[in-house]
Parts: sequence; structure tokens; C-alpha cells
Amino acid sequence: MTLKSFGSVLFFLVVLAALAFLPFYAGEYVVTLMIGMTGYVVLATAWALFSGPTRYISLATVAFFGIGAYTVSVLSETLPYVLVLLAAALVGLVVALVVGLATLRLAGVYFVIFSFGLAELVRQLVTWYEVNITGTLGRYIFLPVTSDGIYWQLLALAAATLLFSWAIGRSRLGLALKVIGDDEVVASHCGINIAGVKLALFSVSAVIITLVGAIQAPRWTYIEPSMVFNPTTSFLTLIMALLGGVDRLWGPLLGAIPLFLLFEWLSANFPNHYPIILGLIFIAIVFVLPNGVLAAAERIFSKRRGVTVPAANQGGAL
Amino acid sequence: MLEISHLSLHYGRHLALDDFSLSVGKGETVVILGANGAGKSSLLKAIAGVTPADKGTSISFNGRPIHSLPPHQIVEAGIALVPEGRGVFGDLTVDENLALGAFAKRARAHANDSRTFVYELFPKLEERRRQYVNTMSGGEQQMVAIGRALMSKPDLLMLDEPSLGLAPVVVGDLFRSLGQIRQRGLALLIVEQNVKMSLSIADRGYLAEAGRITGEDAATSLLSTPAVQRAFLGGAA
Repeated sequence: MTLKSFGSVLFFLVVLAALAFLPFYAGEYVVTLMIGMTGYVVLATAWALFSGPTRYISLATVAFFGIGAYTVSVLSETLPYVLVLLAAALVGLVVALVVGLATLRLAGVYFVIFSFGLAELVRQLVTWYEVNITGTLGRYIFLPVTSDGIYWQLLALAAATLLFSWAIGRSRLGLALKVIGDDEVVASHCGINIAGVKLALFSVSAVIITLVGAIQAPRWTYIEPSMVFNPTTSFLTLIMALLGGVDRLWGPLLGAIPLFLLFEWLSANFPNHYPIILGLIFIAIVFVLPNGVLAAAERIFSKRRGVTVPAANQGGAL
Repeated sequence: MLEISHLSLHYGRHLALDDFSLSVGKGETVVILGANGAGKSSLLKAIAGVTPADKGTSISFNGRPIHSLPPHQIVEAGIALVPEGRGVFGDLTVDENLALGAFAKRARAHANDSRTFVYELFPKLEERRRQYVNTMSGGEQQMVAIGRALMSKPDLLMLDEPSLGLAPVVVGDLFRSLGQIRQRGLALLIVEQNVKMSLSIADRGYLAEAGRITGEDAATSLLSTPAVQRAFLGGAA
């Protein structure tokens, strides 16, 4: 390990520790805020894990998020908490594998539409099941998990997700991932199992997203499909990742933090105009920063020619 | 080594390859000659597993049937393709492109040797190993594409129109390099419109026309065949 990378690891650990101790010196409001923010950091990073290299724009984020939350609401009374989380991850994995096998052949805009449809389909299925079979619409979650506990779990998940992304980026697979969005045919001539790589990434990303939903679920006490399957979650995740830049490790994180704070402030101060402002911000980001802030900063600071333009394509697909 | 019999391929209802049969021996260099639309590119895509061939097709490599394998397993079997229009990753450096070429399991252990060979073959690439490929000239990109394919440690290297869009001087260099690759014992299957150059390094050639094979002969005899002269070399040259 070189001195520089040792320094970065140390810095990462210090920041992580400082964040972990946050509940001891910050108030309840800050912890609540941090839960939301950390949740979106994980969502955006997990989203970019799959959608960054493959350039498959997924709007199915909320499908897995909601599956996680619902699994917890169904099983919270029957299983110990750790097993509930495991069960949620397992359900997310199974759905991701089935959906992935069926749809990763779709390309471009078809996948976008399908993923959006998937989220709606899951929501309608859950609603139908609850109304017709169980006879209720909402469910209560009574779990002895404090907001500090939720925060720490999300923080650990965020660290694990970033670590995983970082490890993949340095691996042989990481190099392969850089190119499968470029030219799948040539990538397959390099001996890369394209279908396998895409399915694996989609599944890992989906499981992480499912866990975010599962961990956050106890916060609400009462959930119903329209809450946990709200499509805005998918759009926010997408735009945060795009703002930061999907092809860099820290991109989604750097997009998630400012946008989350901005959205919090907007929804508190302009509750009626919030959706309109949200839409304008979406458009502005796609037009002004199609490659994300990190890429824009790199372009300004370096004169290197021929920088990648993946996010521009994604902007076009929206 | 490569045995193809009754290879047919449809794109929808359009018949691109009609009952192709051909073979490439160990260490042999074979050229497929034909005009646009003769099915040459489709042939290489079918062998590489990118475009699935029709039922009844048999393609075997080193005695093993490969026609139903996905592309990455065909690479593992020892076949590499340099597709038409280069097939390089412009946003990566020369070194990274070569590293990706050695992605296949069969190639990983030999990656250093393969890289040395590629740099011997194309010294210019070693000088520019950290350069981004999309800033390089067409000829240099073709070197990267061939180098990338060689990194997978193939027994058979297939090239689709390697001279397309290159300056005449560069084409000469390219075929000299292909000759060197051939001397290393690799088998080559080349699809080309540059008939003179490709026949000059080949052992054998096939003539393809409108999806069918219409002739086959030793390279030296093909050069003097009236049909080839008429079709490709500009009449009674």
C-alpha cells in the first residue's frame, strides 16, 4: 500500500468514525436528516453500480426499495430482526434475478420504460394482494429499532457499498465494466461474459437497494404501497447519480448530498411548488452537466483530450 | 483445426450465408475474397458466435463443436476476432485495451508474454502505451485492435477487412505484421477486399459471391485465375 492510498484509507475511516459518533453530539433532527441523506447516498451509489457501466437507465429503484420495506412489514412480527433483513435481501435477489434474466436483453429506451413499468406492476400487485387477500391496505411495523440504530445500519451499508464499488473498480472486472456500455460486441470478443456480468451487477445493485428500503421501514411505523412505491424515489436517485457523475466512485455521493439537502429545504419552504422546481432541476442538470460535476471539474482542471461522455448518452435516453 | 460445414445464416428472411463449407488448418492462413454483400463479415460473426447460425450448421474447432457457444466461450476456445471498423475502446489507453484483451481465462497467465509479443510486433504501441486510443491514427488503432485480439492467446486470429480505410503505405506495414504473426504459428482467417496484399501472405483462398462459396484454391494459383483477375484485379492485368 502506498503512502497516498494509506492516507485515503485513513481519511475514509476517520470520516466514517466521525459520522458514526454523530448521534452522540447532534440532535434528533440531524439524525433524521442524516438517515434520509445516507439512504439516498446508498441508493445513488448502488444505482450507478449497475447503470453507470452498462448505461441501462433503471427506474426500478423504488420497486426494490418498496419490496424491502414490505418484506419487513410482513415478517417483522414472526422473525428476529437480522433474519428479516436477510429475508428482504433474498426476496430482492430473487426478483432481480428473474427480472434481470428476462429483460437485460432489452436495450436503450425499452429498458427504461420496462423498469418504470416494473415498479408500477409491483406496486399494483402488492395493492391487489393486500386488498383482496389480506383485506387491508396498510401495515404497521412495530420494531424496537431506534432512529440511531437505523442511521448506523445505513451508514454501514453505505460504507460497504462504496467499498464494494471501489473493489470492483480496481479489479479485472472493473476494466471490463468500463467498456461493456461502449461496445458490447467487441467486449464479448475480449472474452467477457456480457450477460453474466450485467445480471450479477443488476442483482447486487438491487439487493443493496432492497436493504435500504428494509432498513428504513421501521421509521414509518405505518406503510402502504403508495408510500413505499412512490416513483419519485426512482427519479431522485437517478438525478442524484447523474449530477455527481455515474462513472466515478464518489460521483453519486457528491450528487446525493447537495440535492438531498436542497430537496429538504424546498419541500419545507415551497411545499406547493416543490414538484415544479424538481422538474426544472432535472432539466437543468441534464442540459448543463450531462457528465456530472466530477467530470465537469476534471475537464476544467485538466487539458486531457478525449474524455469519456457516457452520461451525455444517458441524458439523451431520458 | 477449424471445420465449417453447411453453415447457413438468415437475417430475418434475408439469406446472408448459403451452405458455406470451409476449413482452416493448423497454422494456415486463409483468405476469403468477395465483394460487398458476399457474406464475408457474416461468416466471421457466425464463427465468433455474435450472430447465431441456422439449424443444421456445424462449426468445430480443434475437434470440438462451437456453433452453439456464446462469444466469450469461443474466445476461451482459442478464436479471436478483429471486427470491421477496428474494435478498440477509444476511452481507454493502449495498455488498458491490451489488458482487456487478456480477460479470457486462457489468456490471463500469459498476459505478460503476449504483451511483449504485441510490443515487438508494433513497437509504436509501446511508445504510446499510456495514450488514449481515440487520439491515435487509423493505422495505430488497427494495431491496437490486432494487439487486443492477440492478447487473448488465440490459436486462430480472424480479421474483418483489416485494411479498410487505411492509407496504402500503412496497409503494407499491416500485412507485413500479419506475416510475422503467421510465422509465430497462428492460423489466420482474413476477409479482405485488398486481394493482392492478402493473397501474398495467404496459403489458400476462397471466393465468395452473394452468400455462396464459388471457388477455392491455393493462394498462388488464385492470383493467376481469370475469375479473380476479372473480378478483383481490374481485368487482364
